[in-house]
Amino acid sequence: MNAGITRLGWVLIAVLLGAGCASQPPTNIMSGPSQVELRSYQTRAFDTTDRTMMLRSVIATLQDLGFVIDKADEDLGAITGTKLKGYKIRMTIVVRPRGETQLLVRANAHYNLEPIEEPRPYQDFFTALGKGVFLTAQNVD
Amino acid sequence: MKRKAIVAAGALFCVAAVTLGGCASVPEDAFKLAPTSLQERRIQSRHYATADDAMLLRAGASVLQDLGYAIDESNTELGVLSASKRIDAKDLGQIATALIVSALTGSPTPIDTEQTVRVCLVMNRSLADPAASVARITIQREIVNDRGQVSRAEPIVETEIYQAFFAKLSKATFLEANEI
Repeated sequence: MNAGITRLGWVLIAVLLGAGCASQPPTNIMSGPSQVELRSYQTRAFDTTDRTMMLRSVIATLQDLGFVIDKADEDLGAITGTKLKGYKIRMTIVVRPRGETQLLVRANAHYNLEPIEEPRPYQDFFTALGKGVFLTAQNVD
Repeated sequence: MKRKAIVAAGALFCVAAVTLGGCASVPEDAFKLAPTSLQERRIQSRHYATADDAMLLRAGASVLQDLGYAIDESNTELGVLSASKRIDAKDLGQIATALIVSALTGSPTPIDTEQTVRVCLVMNRSLADPAASVARITIQREIVNDRGQVSRAEPIVETEIYQAFFAKLSKATFLEANEI
């Protein structure tokens, strides 16, 4: 009887391990969480049209936060950086025009192997970026 | 028998904690400017009395090549240069300790074998003086052990390493590096 319970325990352990967040079906390559909500966390608008200045500010902010820049593409307006501090965060920021007077900045990041889907890290990033460009990061719909 | 069940329950709890811990959220301070960030910026930056940041970037590339780094990314318009090198991470002290621990416990202890060092150099025109440029480097490393696992992933914070880089950059440009 007790041996049965112990065996059941081990089976449960195996199931838990197997169902852990590490194992992801290959379908995740082309799918993700609710796009609309996530995009609103990850995006801010700034009242400037100076794209190069914004890209340079993004680079400076990433350096301030301890990132090393992996890629910088001015034509595409994309910057990618990695932070190592006992963990690994990889972040990409894309800057593109929004109307005649604004720039849209979108960030997305991975913490180790997991995509960051909570709002707080993005809020913190945009607060740091806003300080660097002396502009207020505005929420977009 | 009851004890066995308790042990099993304990093990189950530990596994659940570890499994869920794998999904742990991002550290609170990961995207916050640290109180020390200004101090770090000072250590990592130098002023050069030239507006020619492209020349500084080229000099930076040659210094990094002298040091054995391979250029991974460069963008002159944005003033970015990233380079890396893979070097030996074996440490005699660590190997000796691992051998002793292995002998005592009977199970092999992993030892660090290789590290990848990544350097990122960014040039900016100085905000205070348009005729001057500011060079900033950030360095980090990832150490892998003989089992292929990452044993350490960390920023390099030692002031002397940054000083040594800027001394070489000054030599390459014949310009004096001034602290910001």
